[in-house]
Amino acid sequence: MSTVDTIAPAEGAPTAGRPRTKSQGGGFARYLLVRFLLIFPTIFILVTLVFFLMRTTGDPITAAQGGRLSPEALAALREAAGYDRPLLVQYLEYLGRIAVFDFGATLTTNRPVIEVLATYGPATFELVFYSLIVAFAVGIPLGLRAAYHRDRTQDAIFRVLAIFWYAVPIFFAGLLLKLVFAVWLKWLPVAGRASVGAELQLQTLPNKTGFYTIDALLTGNPEVLTDVLAHVVLPATALGLLTAGIFLRLVRTNVIGTLSTDYVDAARSRGVAESRLLRKHAYRPALIPIVTVIGLQIALLLSGAVLTETTFEWKGLGFILAEFLESRDFVAVQGIVVLLAIIVALTNFVVDIIAAFIDPRVRY
Amino acid sequence: MTAASVTGVPKRRLRDRLPVVHQVRQSVGLQRGMLVAGLVMVGLFILVSILAPLLAPYGFAQRKDASGSFGTQQPPSAEHLFGTTVGGYDVLSRVIWGTQTAIVVIIVAVLLSIFIGVALGLYSGYFGGWLDRVLVVVCDAIYAFPSLLLAIVLSIVISGGQSGLWAGVLAAAGSITVVFIPQYFRVIRAETVRIKAEAYVESAKVLGASNSRIVFKHVLRNATRTLPLIITLNSSEAILTMAALGFLGFGIEPTAAAEWGYDLNKAQSDVTSGIWWTALFPGLAIVFTVLGITLVGESLNDLADPRLRGRRRVAKSAGLVAETSVVPGGTLVAGPGGIEGLEDGETFDEHGIEVKR
Repeated sequence: MSTVDTIAPAEGAPTAGRPRTKSQGGGFARYLLVRFLLIFPTIFILVTLVFFLMRTTGDPITAAQGGRLSPEALAALREAAGYDRPLLVQYLEYLGRIAVFDFGATLTTNRPVIEVLATYGPATFELVFYSLIVAFAVGIPLGLRAAYHRDRTQDAIFRVLAIFWYAVPIFFAGLLLKLVFAVWLKWLPVAGRASVGAELQLQTLPNKTGFYTIDALLTGNPEVLTDVLAHVVLPATALGLLTAGIFLRLVRTNVIGTLSTDYVDAARSRGVAESRLLRKHAYRPALIPIVTVIGLQIALLLSGAVLTETTFEWKGLGFILAEFLESRDFVAVQGIVVLLAIIVALTNFVVDIIAAFIDPRVRY
Repeated sequence: MTAASVTGVPKRRLRDRLPVVHQVRQSVGLQRGMLVAGLVMVGLFILVSILAPLLAPYGFAQRKDASGSFGTQQPPSAEHLFGTTVGGYDVLSRVIWGTQTAIVVIIVAVLLSIFIGVALGLYSGYFGGWLDRVLVVVCDAIYAFPSLLLAIVLSIVISGGQSGLWAGVLAAAGSITVVFIPQYFRVIRAETVRIKAEAYVESAKVLGASNSRIVFKHVLRNATRTLPLIITLNSSEAILTMAALGFLGFGIEPTAAAEWGYDLNKAQSDVTSGIWWTALFPGLAIVFTVLGITLVGESLNDLADPRLRGRRRVAKSAGLVAETSVVPGGTLVAGPGGIEGLEDGETFDEHGIEVKR
């Protein structure tokens, strides 16, 4: 870590240990391969970590049923599930199952975890997608303005705003938004992904995707679409503003950096208009580090999604995770956590590739 | 900080060397405003937590007084300035007592992660070897993982999900610790690797100093300059994580201690029926505390960065401040002239700092 607000991709999470090569010619293909292979150790470490952490407390069956069953019945259940064997044997078996994408079945509902992902994943994806739109639409223009008016009133206001957004816990922001816009003003629905009538139409759709926006379009009913979109506004704002604060700060820092470079001075002396200077000359190069950081934000966004979904009863992965936590179904919790780890690792991979694609310097 | 700039500067006065005092003097305009505002807020937070027994009208687990039961979900009144919760507790008292829980969690979490993170970072950076590589990969993996999920897993591990005071505090602090260790580890390791190559370390080696002497006397003392920064940023994250855990139902039982996140969790259904006071006040307490700490952290961060520091007094102390800084949550990017700006194969950036690849 040398300069400020900086992480080179090399410091970014799963990229460490990337071999340094003098890149010539086919550097990109090589980079792609090496970067892809690095996904595996990351996932392996997290799977191992989560497995052993969860097991230090005992087996999931005792956790779920402890106290409710007689010790004999408990022992029988544990034996049936194989939890009485040595931990290492269980671990190796678990790894083997993960390798073929078998994440186990939930204890409470006895559904495969992968099915839970298929049911609830789209909702989380939709939420994250819309909140990213909010984050971009708010964070980037404000960040540009703040950088341009550096150390003046606008900058001060936006920066304090960004810190404020960071300081407000996402569930508190959600509760406040709910209170003001749903309960008091009654402009928007309180919770859920759609109202009962719309939900019914969406569920009976023959080839539904689970993405309500797409499904609503498929029904061809504009009322359903408005209903679905109205439900997404508050959760997306709550989650989006948190991220917008981070984007704002990033854009500001990076644009301040590029604005002070020689080529911007040169362009200014050639009579390039200030607005163009900001949007083309200073902003574009500042984007590259931002792309990299979005990858790291995915982890933060997922943490935020868990809280947002709980606040708004948004039936996504975070919501269901909280329910499994409540019912002490630790097999399901472990399964979802591991799945999310894989999603994060894959997203980081994709983002790194995009970053390398935009900026050849990354590849080396 | 190059060797030349260190030797060329006379010893600074005490008031310039005290961590926060120095920054207040160094700052100008808005930056000073933010820093001072943050310091005042943090001061108030600490003061309230110390004076909690005097300030709080009732105990955090008190549901009735001499004149009978408080009643549930009572709107703000003369007896209960902030109203009462669904569980029949006095909201004001729980907000005030909550500062104590918050401060204990911050202290435990930060101390634990500093000790472990710094120790690992020093070892890893100084000795290198296979353990270094393993630690880097593990820390990076943890770093990329949604920290809240990790905290949830850990709080299950530590307390099994149910919490008395100490189990709850330890669960919150412990789970935050594991999330923070990679941050300290990375910073200290990077600094150690850089300092290891400095001339004074080599002279110490030549003079026959032992490894432990070099590590503690020379490396550690010079590697800790960014720590105040990370500590402030992590403190605010600690509060947010604890509140999030409480909100998800991994909080501390209301009879054991007052915890804002738990109160917000219980206030969820109140909001839907228009009861605002049970959610608003604990939430504002979190916002106030995090805002104060973050303002301090942000200001320290900006002041440590020559590019972002207010421009008027830059010359005065340029070269004395760290070129390193961090952002809450560790969202850092290479800017122009940052690590990415290096020529192929170059290992020193424009500040002469060795860059780890």
